[in-house]
Amino acid sequence: MITDLDIADLKKVTELILQQHGYDFRDYALSSFKRRVLRILELGGLTIDSLLKKIADQPGYINEFLDELTVNVTEMFRDPGFWRLLHEEIIPGILLNNKQFKIWHAGCSSGEEVISMNIMLKEMGLQDNVSIIATDIDTAILDKARAATYGIKNMEVNEKNYIRFQGKHSLKNYYREENGKAVFNSELLRNVSFRKHDLVVGEAFNKFDLILCRNVMIYFNQTLQNQVLKKFHGSLFKYGYLAIGTKESLIWCEYVNRFIVVNQEEKVYKKIKD
Amino acid sequence: MSRYNLNNSYKAIVIGGSAGSFQGIIKILSQLSADFPLPIIMALHRLKHVRHGFVEALSIKSNIKISEPEDKESIRKGMAYLAPANYHLSVELGNYFSLSTEEMVNNSRPAIDITLGSAAYLYRTKLVGILLSGANRDGALGMKQIKDKGGITIIQDPAECMIDTMPKAAQSITTIDHTLGIDSIVAFLKELQQHYK
Repeated sequence: MITDLDIADLKKVTELILQQHGYDFRDYALSSFKRRVLRILELGGLTIDSLLKKIADQPGYINEFLDELTVNVTEMFRDPGFWRLLHEEIIPGILLNNKQFKIWHAGCSSGEEVISMNIMLKEMGLQDNVSIIATDIDTAILDKARAATYGIKNMEVNEKNYIRFQGKHSLKNYYREENGKAVFNSELLRNVSFRKHDLVVGEAFNKFDLILCRNVMIYFNQTLQNQVLKKFHGSLFKYGYLAIGTKESLIWCEYVNRFIVVNQEEKVYKKIKD
Repeated sequence: MSRYNLNNSYKAIVIGGSAGSFQGIIKILSQLSADFPLPIIMALHRLKHVRHGFVEALSIKSNIKISEPEDKESIRKGMAYLAPANYHLSVELGNYFSLSTEEMVNNSRPAIDITLGSAAYLYRTKLVGILLSGANRDGALGMKQIKDKGGITIIQDPAECMIDTMPKAAQSITTIDHTLGIDSIVAFLKELQQHYK
């Protein structure tokens, strides 16, 4: 088992992918990026050289590579306090000005956050007032998100979070069990458009009232976090909200002064300046 | 009174602990002074969904300020840092923290191996790694990485541990420089501090 990699080896991987596929991983946070590449080597029984050869020789391999490289660990209603804040303060705040509004889940992974959002909106009687765009760099994970099907063993922690969020029912009201899987009601995704989008090289594509990008930018270095915040700024209406992970920070970003902190604990910001 | 042949080249202390380590950690933090010259970085197993209370509990008797770092926060001396609930904590070239929500490692998030391994890579010979009581094998690989990069490895004496699986696992895969009770770990750190005066 290979237990460590040189920066020079990682550079070879990022340069090749940039050249051949246009994905830019040069500004990803180093230690997690290194662990992801090590994991790919271990899972595939590869060395750096055989990985480079595979990327160069098999054009279709990049999708599998991206699926393994990106971190797709998430939960429904992760950080229940954050969801209570959305329910009690942020969504009502948006509604004061707009009956119809738009949400972007940036880096939506397997869709747990999108499902959580729509369960909450449905319980507020608002699902049809909201259009949602959910994006990720990883096409395989987007297919999974569209299927809205999750391992039943994950539902225990999801249900616990939902209870702590103080949801109206039980998550069981929203899915059926099939072959050890929890299959969520497809109605829950009727207002959602899933799209492939790369936060690093992708352009801003629409304007939103609320952007959620939680525990995504932790995989980027500060240079890249700064660039991505500019994109979010350009993708928000004035007075729109941005939610990041509870242990993330924007304080060193150039555009931080164009936002105010709405909730420091749950890391919700509001755009106040164009 | 130089028992350990130390010097002032060290840049950080990293501590891993799990079941049975809480009292030991409290004791270490309560006996060190507020001007302890190195950052202390702690990866301790904890409940995944309880975000609050741990820092507060550790702070009661600690003279050193303790915080759960945010992503990309700079690592400062005179501080003790605790890996936040449900995140892995790494240190990065450039001397700052990064957090991640990657898969659990050894059934743990935060995983001790991740914090220790990244610290071994960053600090190399300038790191002291301490592994305390615990009921699984997390931290063993991290201790091996610290040793392989030339850092100092210390385990809590298994005879003193409430549960000795963790320090013994480290012992079984790498060279442990010092096997010490908590009181001796405190003495070691105090001796280290003398070199920074």
